[in-house]
Amino acid sequence: MEAIEHTHEAGSKKLFLYVWFWLLGLTGVEVFLSYEQLGVKLMLALLMGLSIIKASLIISYFMHLRYEKRSLALTLMPALVFVVVLLCAFFPDSLRLLNMRPH
Amino acid sequence: MSSHELTRSAGESLGAAVAPESVWGGGVSPYAMGSKKLGMWLFIISDAITFSALLIAYSYARVASPDWPTPFHFYPSVIKATVMTFVLLSSSVTMVMAVRAAKLGERSSAAKWIGATMLGGLAFIVLHGLEWAGLIRDGVRLFKNPWGSPLFGASFFTLTGLHMTHVAIGVVYLGVVAGLFGRGRLSAEDVEVSGLYWHFVDLVWMFIFPLVYLLSVKMT
Repeated sequence: MEAIEHTHEAGSKKLFLYVWFWLLGLTGVEVFLSYEQLGVKLMLALLMGLSIIKASLIISYFMHLRYEKRSLALTLMPALVFVVVLLCAFFPDSLRLLNMRPH
Repeated sequence: MSSHELTRSAGESLGAAVAPESVWGGGVSPYAMGSKKLGMWLFIISDAITFSALLIAYSYARVASPDWPTPFHFYPSVIKATVMTFVLLSSSVTMVMAVRAAKLGERSSAAKWIGATMLGGLAFIVLHGLEWAGLIRDGVRLFKNPWGSPLFGASFFTLTGLHMTHVAIGVVYLGVVAGLFGRGRLSAEDVEVSGLYWHFVDLVWMFIFPLVYLLSVKMT
């Protein structure tokens, strides 16, 4: 019983390797995608989406957040998302700069 | 107050998680997590905010520029950056193995896995240094480059330089942890905390790689 608890607490090698293969695979997909002619918005959305999936895998399994108290994830993640969303408020201004450049 | 200190067992290290009889009785660890580990999580979120700010500032500059360079040839730059990504991801796996070994009490095994992680970090730094040298040789400076917007150099070198600094600090940190843990001076929790920092460094690269490299591949 203790040995089983220990192993879960320590984490199974198989799970880690499984996550690792997914991470490498998703990276390969990203590199492949970057050479496709997709249009900036779609490319950005796909790359960011894939990166967020990779980040979630690392945070949940390698950093073990999935097995911690849920309240920790609920404390940390919304704070980060909130700040990023606030920062993104500046993008309309960058588009203004682009469109107002003297040609 | 002092009765709680008396009930703490002699072998319990400072900062380890404490289970409560009643939550209002005091001596409880928030999130049932030791203070070192919680402290590292809070630091990681703050550092993630810093890198987010830098990445968004870079994105802002890029969106506002009609002439952003896309200088990364498949060979050598994109291949090198992809190898760097694989190296960092693999070093995260070795780190996870180190934490696992540490929790199972296998001190020398954990130290060896940490050593493998450090090698990954060093390989990353060497490859990245070569990348920098190539760009500098091609004429990229902080506010000047042969291809386009003068902001390219500053944003590239700041982002990747700050990240590289984090990797270098991580390698030193891991070395200290490996040495002390191998000799029995640190606990498995300390190894886990250093692992959290290392995974964070990997996480940041997960965003720098597509935003800086993959969006600037040279299409022939």
